[in-house]
Amino acid sequence: MNLQEPFDSYRPRLASESCESRTRAHLEEIRKRQSLNAFLSVFDDEAIIEAKRVDERFARGIAGPLAGMVIAVKDVLNMKNKETTCGSKILRSYHSLYDATVIERLRAADAVFIGKTNMDEFAMGSSNENSAFGPVKNPRDESRVPGGSSGGSAAAVAAGLATTSLGTDTGGSIRQPAALCGIIGLKPTYGRVSRYGLVAFASSFDQIGPFGNSPRDVARVLQVIAGHDPKDSTSSTLPVPDYLSAMTGDVTGVKIGLPKEYYSSALSDEIRSTIDRAVQMLRDRGAIVSEVSLPHTEYTIATYYILATAEASSNLARFDGVRYGYRTEHAADLAAMYTKSRSEGFGAEVKRRIMLGTYVLSAGYYDAYYAKAQKVRRLIQHDFFKAFEHVDCLLTPTTPSTAFRMGEKMDDPLQMYLSDIYTVSANLAGIPGISVPAAGDEKLPVGIQILGRQFDEATILNVAEALSGGNQ
Amino acid sequence: MNSTFEPVIGLEVHAQLLTKSKAFCGCTTQFGNDPNANTCPVCLGMPGVLPVLNKSVVEFAIKMGLATNCTIAPKSIFARKNYFYPDLPKGYQISQYDQPICKDGWLDVELKDGSVKHIGITRIHIEEDAGKSIHDQDPDTLVDVNRCGVPLIEIVSEPDIRSPHEAHQYLSIIKQLVTYLGICDGNMEEGSLRCDANISIRPKGREQFGTKTEVKNMNSFRNVERALEYEINRQIGLLEDGGTVVQETLLWDADKNIALPMRSKEEAHDYRYFPDPDLVPVLVDQKWISEIAATLPELPEARRNRFIGGYHLPLYDATILTQEKSLADYFEKAVALLAQKNDEGYKSVSNWTMTEVLRLMNDLHVSIDQCVVTPDRLAAMVNLISEGVISGKIGKEVFAEMLKSLDEPKVIVERLGLVQVSDTSAIEKIVDEIIARSQAQVAQYRAGKMQIFGYFVGETMKAMKGKANPKIVNEILKSKLV
Ligand SMILES: [Zn+2]
Repeated sequence: MNLQEPFDSYRPRLASESCESRTRAHLEEIRKRQSLNAFLSVFDDEAIIEAKRVDERFARGIAGPLAGMVIAVKDVLNMKNKETTCGSKILRSYHSLYDATVIERLRAADAVFIGKTNMDEFAMGSSNENSAFGPVKNPRDESRVPGGSSGGSAAAVAAGLATTSLGTDTGGSIRQPAALCGIIGLKPTYGRVSRYGLVAFASSFDQIGPFGNSPRDVARVLQVIAGHDPKDSTSSTLPVPDYLSAMTGDVTGVKIGLPKEYYSSALSDEIRSTIDRAVQMLRDRGAIVSEVSLPHTEYTIATYYILATAEASSNLARFDGVRYGYRTEHAADLAAMYTKSRSEGFGAEVKRRIMLGTYVLSAGYYDAYYAKAQKVRRLIQHDFFKAFEHVDCLLTPTTPSTAFRMGEKMDDPLQMYLSDIYTVSANLAGIPGISVPAAGDEKLPVGIQILGRQFDEATILNVAEALSGGNQ
Repeated sequence: MNSTFEPVIGLEVHAQLLTKSKAFCGCTTQFGNDPNANTCPVCLGMPGVLPVLNKSVVEFAIKMGLATNCTIAPKSIFARKNYFYPDLPKGYQISQYDQPICKDGWLDVELKDGSVKHIGITRIHIEEDAGKSIHDQDPDTLVDVNRCGVPLIEIVSEPDIRSPHEAHQYLSIIKQLVTYLGICDGNMEEGSLRCDANISIRPKGREQFGTKTEVKNMNSFRNVERALEYEINRQIGLLEDGGTVVQETLLWDADKNIALPMRSKEEAHDYRYFPDPDLVPVLVDQKWISEIAATLPELPEARRNRFIGGYHLPLYDATILTQEKSLADYFEKAVALLAQKNDEGYKSVSNWTMTEVLRLMNDLHVSIDQCVVTPDRLAAMVNLISEGVISGKIGKEVFAEMLKSLDEPKVIVERLGLVQVSDTSAIEKIVDEIIARSQAQVAQYRAGKMQIFGYFVGETMKAMKGKANPKIVNEILKSKLV
């Protein structure tokens, strides 16, 4: 059984190749690849019971669209009665009271949940080295990072531990690990997928999205999880189009822009040449490629780190040791209880971002940082809306380099933040982005990012399909 | 109060809204349930939950905005007010900051000298209440989050108030309006209406404001007046002794009659307000405002004027009757049941309501809705008087009996034999007897001493145990004494 085979190709064989046997095979693979540290909890027996139920429904002809799909869930998403640790000591052993909306929808579509995946603490990080439960390793090369913060979900799909997985993307946390692990990762438009049940890092940036071994797999998951949710006021009421039917792989006449600011000297030769090959291939297939400009690109990292940390400082206030989660053993009074519980419960990167976010919202600094960054965010959004007047989508590298070595950037937060330099702008602008793997010159995969107009996931999925070799 | 200084006061009034469910989740707002029974993952601030705005909270806020002559903002936004406290599960309170739902209103407030004071309203904004920390039931502090997420509006006045009396009158109108609108029960003692004050003083005639202090925890109308009085005198004393006022927050202690500073640690908050990214802007169009305006009940001032114009009640009666919506409703329910709808009847119901009914409420500490003399019983009794079945004097006896028994007035009158005697022959018989045994008084009367007439009325009534129709008694006496 080829466990990296896309769901789309084996689903027709589901009658002969049961969901149960798939699930057992994935569970076996999880055991074999424990060194990856991709999972924080595995549902074993429960997943098999669910798989049997799906097989039954399939036999009766009433199975949902995701019957046969075995899915791993980033541990930042709530599943009722399951641990939801967010990769943090402060939530160790915390069991959720309810299901996230995406979980409800996937279950209703007959997906089988196999476990919850490791991640950078509270989704803050680009290498998965910030997990309180140890780093995740890149299945392609275990000396290297899988990317972050959804490193466990990316590694799980890349290693065949699950058919697809859910990640979350606040500044690149789906697309960057997808690139580093050599799989597809999609961040939908802000508001396309309900955030209810996603433990917030930065509420105006966070989106849930799928990883898969093919564009069609992520499209199938998106089809199920997208759409308005009354529990999330920021979720859009726009109808959800049929993604698969838009994915012909035909890019004739599709206008693709190359933002010139993204092709600076920071980019490695390997990635540049890989991109060139992809662009040539799309041209050959009828796409119209041109250069565009996103003039405010140089401000994206600074803007992102001001706004996202500001929101995080408030979002993470609820982890105070009062009602749930970690509480210090030794505190003489309330103030000490707060200070010690949070100092002992959070990791270094989370504390760094809470402090930064608290600072930029403080009296006397708000206007200089937060308010100004909000204005720059609008300028960056405007850059994209201008560009999309001329082109249908943008093609960029997903990351400035391929998977780096464990520990390589841990002592230099700024270098680590720059790993997201090509991905954060999509979160600032609220637009969708997908990372598609391409073979690099070396053995490590390179990610190509396609960015689209708001709510136009169909176009970027179609270009991804073309890049992945569909309709050749 | 020293006459060379003038106080400058602004009030912040919090009104807990009577919506069925909380501001951002579906939990009930019902009071008195077990601790932490009215909760769900959202108001418990569990990881990953999101708030969804309850539309009726916006409607309630707009009602108050319209009643206080505010501009309703076409777009307002929610902000997070960040601080740590155990009864605040999210670590922030959802409130409104620089873009509130209502702005720039005013109220005209009547003062005891009859003058009218114009008081500006800066803003009205929506926010959620926090839970309650309970310190006295366990060695540990216990937290009840039932109240957490219950909607509030905060009504912020301009610093236009110049005396504790003005503050009292302003607060009375706020209470009157929220109860008339049915958006808050207006109970200060139970905390559904809360008032904080910003107070400063300045030499009379100066434009510039002095340093202000904030006084909190004044949980009754009386406390507001007393606390303001106290704080104004304290500030004047400080300045007169050559000192300065320090900007601080004080807590009113109603038992000791003093306001004490909060520990500086407790007030040193930088709330780090910023727009709540989980909520979308509240958009209000003119159509919605008109729809809400159409549902507004008649407000106190209009109702008072109608009581004067429609029922021809004196200003005094109309003012008292419309002070509280429930009392005005009581009056109008009774009036609607009068057999004869005329000014005499209206005034009679007004008199009974202002005297006996209000006294009853005060004596028994019950609300008008709990009053056993319901509007229909009161009306039935007034009808018996106007129909001549009983006299007004007997009416008091019937009223007293209505407190003891749930019988209708008519049944009480019959049961106790209180029916007024209007039978001329029966009265004539008694009058003849009295004249026969009162020859001396008859002679005096006939000699022109008209005052003695009262003696005959009194004797007749006494003989008939007060049940004789006084009008007929008068007529018969006059004809027989000529
Ligand atoms: Zn609730």
